[in-house]
Amino acid sequence: MSMSNNPDNYGLRLVTRYVVLTVIAIIFAFPLVFMIMSSLKPDQQLLADTSSLKAFLPVGDISFQNYENAFSRVPVGLFVFNSMLVTSVTVVLSLFVCSLSGFSFAYLKWRGRDLLFSIILATFIIPFETIAIPMLLITSKLPWIGLDGFSIGWLNTYRVQIVPFIADGLTIFLFVQYFKDLPVELIEAARVEGTTWWQIYRLVVIPLSGPVLATAAILKFLVMYNQYLWPMIVVQQEEYRPVMVGLQYFFQTFTKGGIAWGEIMAYLSMITVPVLAFYLYIQRAFIASVAATGVKG
Amino acid sequence: MPPTTNLTTSNSEGWTMISPGFGLIVFFIVLPFLSAIILSFTNQRLISPNPTEYVGLANYKQLLSVGVLTLDPKRNSNGAVVRDKNGALKYPRLRNFTRNNPQYPHIKGMRELFSWNVGDNQRTYILARDVVFIKAVINTLLFVLIVAPGQGGLALCLALLINQKLRGINIYRAIYFMPVVVSIVVVSLLWRFIYDYESGLLNNLLSSLTFGAFESVNWIGDTDFALGSIIVMSIWQAVGFHMVIWLSGLQTIPPSLYEAARIEGASKWQTFRYVTWPGLRNTAILVFVVITMQAFALFTQIDVMTNGGPLDSTQSIVFQAVERGYGKQDISGGSAISVLLFVMVLCISLLQRWLTQGRS
Repeated sequence: MSMSNNPDNYGLRLVTRYVVLTVIAIIFAFPLVFMIMSSLKPDQQLLADTSSLKAFLPVGDISFQNYENAFSRVPVGLFVFNSMLVTSVTVVLSLFVCSLSGFSFAYLKWRGRDLLFSIILATFIIPFETIAIPMLLITSKLPWIGLDGFSIGWLNTYRVQIVPFIADGLTIFLFVQYFKDLPVELIEAARVEGTTWWQIYRLVVIPLSGPVLATAAILKFLVMYNQYLWPMIVVQQEEYRPVMVGLQYFFQTFTKGGIAWGEIMAYLSMITVPVLAFYLYIQRAFIASVAATGVKG
Repeated sequence: MPPTTNLTTSNSEGWTMISPGFGLIVFFIVLPFLSAIILSFTNQRLISPNPTEYVGLANYKQLLSVGVLTLDPKRNSNGAVVRDKNGALKYPRLRNFTRNNPQYPHIKGMRELFSWNVGDNQRTYILARDVVFIKAVINTLLFVLIVAPGQGGLALCLALLINQKLRGINIYRAIYFMPVVVSIVVVSLLWRFIYDYESGLLNNLLSSLTFGAFESVNWIGDTDFALGSIIVMSIWQAVGFHMVIWLSGLQTIPPSLYEAARIEGASKWQTFRYVTWPGLRNTAILVFVVITMQAFALFTQIDVMTNGGPLDSTQSIVFQAVERGYGKQDISGGSAISVLLFVMVLCISLLQRWLTQGRS
């Protein structure tokens, strides 16, 4: 196809491109816009608005009443706290443990290294869904020594939501890939000066690892904050439930008739908008994180 | 394999640094995985007063047994075939054959999966011992077969679209990626509202856009539409993820190749066919394997939107594993399903390895 130099033709094609891009953008954005707008409207108006474009506009009787109602139905604060606690503790521990493993694989020579590395690569093809059921059995029988003494069984705790997700093959692999590309001269120079491996990890490698730490943190954050299946089966007590499982409180309105859609949309907005805002604020980092998983395989 | 630097061997530090990560992986991935295999040969329950027993392949037989039965129509005392009010042939009841019929021991306890007429006066029945599980397998395979090419292909189209040099293109990329950061749980509940039969956005909007000509569809309550509706929603949620992976693949193709193609006068299609696509080969394999593995794990959408219904038309393998392993506390049955799921995923990975090696 020859390039056209006709300016009108060029302008038309440019407009067409933007129209196509915009139509697709609307397809991706409309459900989320609808969710947020609906959360601000009383149920009656919200249902009436679904038959027109008003569904996507903040018009009519706008208020935060649905949010207030959602707060009285569900302990929102507790669930948000639980999710933040579980997510942040897992992310921090995961960054530490996985970067240490990556460091060991990338820079140190030790017996069994290649074998262990292939075992970790092999775990890539085990989907979590295939181990959830036996893990339920295992964690229900694990011992724990805490401040309140010795106990058996991890069900209905924070740790059952945290510990199994600290280490994973993909995160370790991301660190190995990144460390491999750091200039090895830096490490050799530090070794010659008699620096220990622990100091090299802490003082040389980690300070240079901003991008990979961000990538690993973002990926882990998304996985942990969005956990559903696992907390659903291991946490029955409200005290330890995360936000996603909290959604089940609204399921009871399904059978009783008169689904409280406004309240549901308010709850969905509350647990989604902060993440979306954070994403839009640092979207380049988010997208770079996903692109980084493309080197896998 | 990790690179080998010319650094000294350091067994003690190496082992100390690897042990937390490796230990956790062994304990929380490898051990549960091996347990799944072992438990699937037992009758283990989550809580049970009886000791666990080895039951061999019983769990697998229960899940996978299928049978075929061909029946002749009912005849009355004169030997003429019996027809119902609509003139259709009447067939003997299946349970005459599957319940306590000593002549048909191999289909004892089975139920009908589906059936069709053979010729003019015979009907063939496909029977299964665990009808719900077989339906779950069929639905999951259907889901995978549509989502893998559909989502992978759409993601590539979006990546090609986003790979243009245009002002503001990053804003579009950010919007297309947006649903990826929203939890699938949230997406499922939101779309349950959009798909709602009476008060849903989709029906009402389509109806008013066509001035009432559009007849409302029960998107997730009709066996013909439920799985399809879930497929559309799942692709909407995840396609941005794979768009980004395609995009990073596209950006590894050297611009000089496009320049050469342009000088040679290649058409847009030829450029794609002979420059872009060969450069994307490894990305393509990765994208399709990742989508396939994610699609096999279909669970949340079902749990939030349909619970497997209507009439088991959206049952999935993982949903069944959870319903048995957790809902009915039947750890061994759930484990057997998990192992079967793993075998399917493994086949896909082996196919990937085979395809990747075919190149070198």
